[in-house]
Amino acid sequence: MIEIYLPIVVLLVISVALSVVILFFSRIFGPFRPNRRKLTPYESGMTPIGPAQRRIPVKFYLVAVLFIIFDIEVIFILPWAVVFRDLGAVALVGMAVFIVILLIAFIYEWKKGAMVWE
Amino acid sequence: MELPTLQDLNLAVTLPSMGLALWACVVLAVGLFLPERRRHWNLVLSLGGIVALFLYNLTLFDLPADRQSAFLGMYRADNFTAFVNLIALVTAFFGVLMAYEYLKRTHIDRGEYYPLLLISTSGAMLMGASGDLAVLFVALELLSIPLYIMSGLRRPNAASEESALKYFLLGAFSSAFLVYGVALVYGAAGSTDLSEIFHRVNAGLILDQGLLLAGAGLMLVGLGFKVAAVPFHMWTPDVYQGAPTAVTGYMSVGAKLGGFAGLLRVFIVALPAVSGAGDATGWQDTIALIAALTMILGNVVAIAQRDVKRMLGYSSIAHAGYILMGAAAAGSPDVRDFAVSASLFYLLAYAFTNLGAFAVTVAIEKDDATNPQLDDFNGLSKTRPVLALAMALFMLSLTGIPPTAGVVGKFFLFQAAVNAGMVWLALIGVITSVVSAFYYLRIVVNMYLREGPGEAQAQRSFLGVAVGLAAVGTFVLGVAPVLFLDLAQRAVLVALGG
Repeated sequence: MIEIYLPIVVLLVISVALSVVILFFSRIFGPFRPNRRKLTPYESGMTPIGPAQRRIPVKFYLVAVLFIIFDIEVIFILPWAVVFRDLGAVALVGMAVFIVILLIAFIYEWKKGAMVWE
Repeated sequence: MELPTLQDLNLAVTLPSMGLALWACVVLAVGLFLPERRRHWNLVLSLGGIVALFLYNLTLFDLPADRQSAFLGMYRADNFTAFVNLIALVTAFFGVLMAYEYLKRTHIDRGEYYPLLLISTSGAMLMGASGDLAVLFVALELLSIPLYIMSGLRRPNAASEESALKYFLLGAFSSAFLVYGVALVYGAAGSTDLSEIFHRVNAGLILDQGLLLAGAGLMLVGLGFKVAAVPFHMWTPDVYQGAPTAVTGYMSVGAKLGGFAGLLRVFIVALPAVSGAGDATGWQDTIALIAALTMILGNVVAIAQRDVKRMLGYSSIAHAGYILMGAAAAGSPDVRDFAVSASLFYLLAYAFTNLGAFAVTVAIEKDDATNPQLDDFNGLSKTRPVLALAMALFMLSLTGIPPTAGVVGKFFLFQAAVNAGMVWLALIGVITSVVSAFYYLRIVVNMYLREGPGEAQAQRSFLGVAVGLAAVGTFVLGVAPVLFLDLAQRAVLVALGG
């Protein structure tokens, strides 16, 4: 029974070995000229250390909410589309109700100005 | 696997709650496009939907057995559901009616209030209709999340924001308790279907008795938060005080209704076997103890309050205690049906009375965002005799003095407790009712015997209509309880199948 997990163990061993090899080889054969900036943790180009309570543009949260609408929609529609033919009318009506509700949320956001950046 | 057809889902019986949620979407969409001077359509559409569904719901009593279940057993459409729907729709009706002018004059007339209230109400209705623990949880969230938003409707008022945040954090916390309880019960019984859990518990097919008890206990904590039972009541006065008064009024009934509907549904349908009479670990003793503590603490602490909304907050805690007494009595098999109907009847009586009391509080609230104090009632009988009379009626009803709805409701609850052999609990109920007379009647004294300006809004307005209807409801339930008692007595909770 336990043998079926063997491929996972093999995968683990290979991935650990590979990452060790890559780090090891690039350190030996690559150029290594560190400076202060290069050694700091990577933070998408921003200064990694600073006050925690700084202002963040609140607009991003609206984008995030917009994203959730469509994200959830896709998550539900994909598996639904796969088995849609077998499920018949129930699935069609169910999905129609779901999409109408999402549509209303979308209209609400649009009307409230969530799409306007400034 | 046999796939369900649309007929199997039995959608027609779910219309009260599902229809209300969908109607909320319509109200939201229409509200978006309303210009300032047509804002009253929010009110018209909401009330229209509520009244239509109320009438439709009346046809859902005593359905034939094959129509009592929808969504393949997830939704139960029995008389219990129909009665809970009835109370919920009454609550929503008052919630809309007393908010309309209040929202305008306090400058928080956001169109979202109406759809939020409708969605929250549909959550309360679903709590009572749930045939499955998963539905119960979704319904609880549907009930709570709009309430969090509504509490903060008065932003940027600090008290309102505090109220919303506090309610949100503690509500999320209590939901976590409920979910964990659901998970443990599922782990013990292997099913989330309430009837299925009942049969497995009865047949001894439980993985671990301790697991089941822990799960039941955690669910009790989660629902106890919602109904504001001691010791899970801490949020109540602060949230009630900070939220806009109309929202507090709706919340004090709607959230409690949902909580109790879910509590009765879960503990009586799924877990009656856990409450063996001599079994000290059964939930009956636990709920009885919580009921006693809730009645004592709510009534005693309410005495010290000067702020009307805080006082009514503690009063609502006390009333949760009375209804919990009914829930505890329902743990005894032979009193079960009577106790359930007594609890339902009390919830209806409480809905009319408390919504009426809050409508009067809305009327005396000033526009400057200060909370009404007990002294604001001084001299109200001189300036506004009808309003003062209505408030006196509500206070008598909350105390439990005839001829009001409260006294009838309390009588049935005490009777249920005595029939279940818990005379001590009924005694605590009677004594704390006497204690409560002190702070309820203080308002009556202020209105009739003290001198004061006695200012109030609500001359010939929707708010006035709300006060009037609540007063009529309180009075009619008090003198002719038969009308609704019959309906309540038909609401019997049993597990399905054999």
